Amino acid sequence: MTDGSMTLAPMATPEPARLRHSLFAPDKRTAARNAQEARFRFYGLVAIVIALLALVWLLFSIFSAGLPAFRQTFVEIPVTLDAAVLDKAGHGDPAEMASVTTIGYGKLIGKALAAEIEAKGIDIGAMTPKDLVGMISENAAADLRDRVLADPKLLGTTVQFTALANGRIDGYFKGRVTMESAARDNNTSPEKLMLADKLVAAGVMDMRFNPGFLVMPDASDKRPEAAGLGVAIIGSLYMMAVVLCLALPIGVAASVYLEEFAPKNRWTDLIEVNIANLAAVPSIVYGILGLSFFINFAGLPQSAPIVGGLVLTLMTLPRIIIPTRAALKAVPPSIRDAALGVGASKLQTVTHHVLPLAMPGVLTGTIIGLAQALGETAPLLLIGMVAFVRDFPGAPLSGLFDPASALPVQIYNWTQRGDPGFVERASGAIIVLLVFLIIMNTAAIILRRRYERRW
Amino acid sequence: MKDLRLERDVQTETNKIEARKVQVYYGTNHALKDVDVDILDKTVTAFIGPSGCGKSTFLRCLNRMNDTVASAKVQGAITLDGEDIYDARVDPVQLRAKIGMVFQKPNPFPKSIYDNVAYGPKIHGLTRTKAELDEVVEACLRKAALWNEVKDRLQSPGTGLSGGQQQRLCIARAIATSPEVLLMDEPCSALDPIATAQVEELIDELRSQFSVVIVTHSMQQAARVSQRTAFFHLGNLVEYGETGAIFTNPKDPRTESYITGRIG
Repeated sequence: MTDGSMTLAPMATPEPARLRHSLFAPDKRTAARNAQEARFRFYGLVAIVIALLALVWLLFSIFSAGLPAFRQTFVEIPVTLDAAVLDKAGHGDPAEMASVTTIGYGKLIGKALAAEIEAKGIDIGAMTPKDLVGMISENAAADLRDRVLADPKLLGTTVQFTALANGRIDGYFKGRVTMESAARDNNTSPEKLMLADKLVAAGVMDMRFNPGFLVMPDASDKRPEAAGLGVAIIGSLYMMAVVLCLALPIGVAASVYLEEFAPKNRWTDLIEVNIANLAAVPSIVYGILGLSFFINFAGLPQSAPIVGGLVLTLMTLPRIIIPTRAALKAVPPSIRDAALGVGASKLQTVTHHVLPLAMPGVLTGTIIGLAQALGETAPLLLIGMVAFVRDFPGAPLSGLFDPASALPVQIYNWTQRGDPGFVERASGAIIVLLVFLIIMNTAAIILRRRYERRW
Repeated sequence: MKDLRLERDVQTETNKIEARKVQVYYGTNHALKDVDVDILDKTVTAFIGPSGCGKSTFLRCLNRMNDTVASAKVQGAITLDGEDIYDARVDPVQLRAKIGMVFQKPNPFPKSIYDNVAYGPKIHGLTRTKAELDEVVEACLRKAALWNEVKDRLQSPGTGLSGGQQQRLCIARAIATSPEVLLMDEPCSALDPIATAQVEELIDELRSQFSVVIVTHSMQQAARVSQRTAFFHLGNLVEYGETGAIFTNPKDPRTESYITGRIG
């Protein structure tokens, strides 16, 4: 009997432990897991907050420093263009009139300003006529000269002339220059600032939107008030045009070949690895390549947008090829089967079906690549685009070979200058660059939304 | 739904496709061994067999879709009307216009219903005018029993149709190039029973104009729609003959095991 009951006894294998507790109270492990999750969420939140704070700080510092660059102090005075000074021979021939330098025009402007101050009944105290001329930008004489040479009929008449105020005066109204700093400054004086206040009160001087910041060329170290982004914007646009025209077709063609036509073997693997590596090569290396190949070997001109564009094309290519290949890979194979099944050729399958479906990815990749190229500085320094360029490049295509600057290089250039007026200029240029980038990224998003299709 | 019609006549005895000693390798894997099949004209031929038995592989050999698989290697001879389709002079693009294909998952192009059907005739230059193309599209959609459902929305996307409608659209697309043979790779596996019945009825109607080859997992479906059945097992063609004979009087014990549900 006992033997029999022994054999019927339950087996010795232990049952798995059950969770024996109320559902209303979490056990130890659950509590620990929940705490872990809460901690993880908190860390994530902290990271996001830090990132947002950094972004806010960045935008605040750039906009507070850069927005004043879009406004400028101007002096508006009537100037009598004395023919006896500006055209001594009296022939009205622009070629002869060109012999009068800006010094001659500067004197006229000084006289006009003195007359205007007197007419408004403002007391200038012990200030000399030379001090008065110092109120106005050195660039004003050149502006007036350009205007007269372009239209010799103005000789002998009195024109309403809007002159840029000197950078220090402008800085005074923007809070950069104070009475104390002016007292220590060779280029200005508290008297000049006080006179400026009076001129504003009399309506001769005022601050307004300055389109010149976007259209004028760069100016020399002493004239931050006259410096503009015109040449840099055109140079950047030319380079982007070159990059778009070269990198998009070459990149898409390379991606389509590698993804759809090339056999999968050791060579294509090698190419694939190299494309991935090229995307990570520091951009300055491309600058050295451009210097040695395009300038020293191919003999293309320095500082030219064509060279900048070619260098940036090399840099952008892998950044277009990688997302394009990913987009091609993401097209479902059933679409290829369907096209091949009705007798489409390989190329028809790609151009009619695969590429249109991959288009959102291709366009996004291209625009992101272009945006990166737009902000690239280092390779452009090496091919001489850092030069001081005052002349606008010509119209395409020959203009592509003229010297020009570029937006990021112009920013770098201005931060190197001594006059504090250029800090404001550099920040203003950063705003312009950011606006361009935002426009491009918005375009990428819109295009992606538009071409997005479900399958 | 039609009943199992095990007794039925084969209207023709001309061979459309003849396959002799077909071997397929995927890399080192010998996927198809010594397959000999004669596919008759104006007949529905069903390939049945358990998963991985090579029936889809063989189907894809018939219009050289295996060319797109880099590791696939096909040996042996397959002739269409006496011409070797693996001859060096044959352009697979031309071959696929003659041998249409419908896939397991409905795969309409993400274009309009009209463009889906018109694509084949367009790329092969089968029509000269827009009016002719319109006619072809209407005729194909009618043949695919889809015209009445879509005639008012030919410009809406083909991907917006229901699963069964999409598959019938794919059939319309496949017959728009006027193929001589229509290959169907489990065309009903993604469809519900009602859509399946519609497609099966359609297959029976298509038989009057095309030679149809259908791969299916469902033995009932093979019995319902086909006149000839081939049973594949582990890369071998085990038995091939009249559908009625295969299902009622199989000669090979493996066929019998499969159709009675003991293997597969």
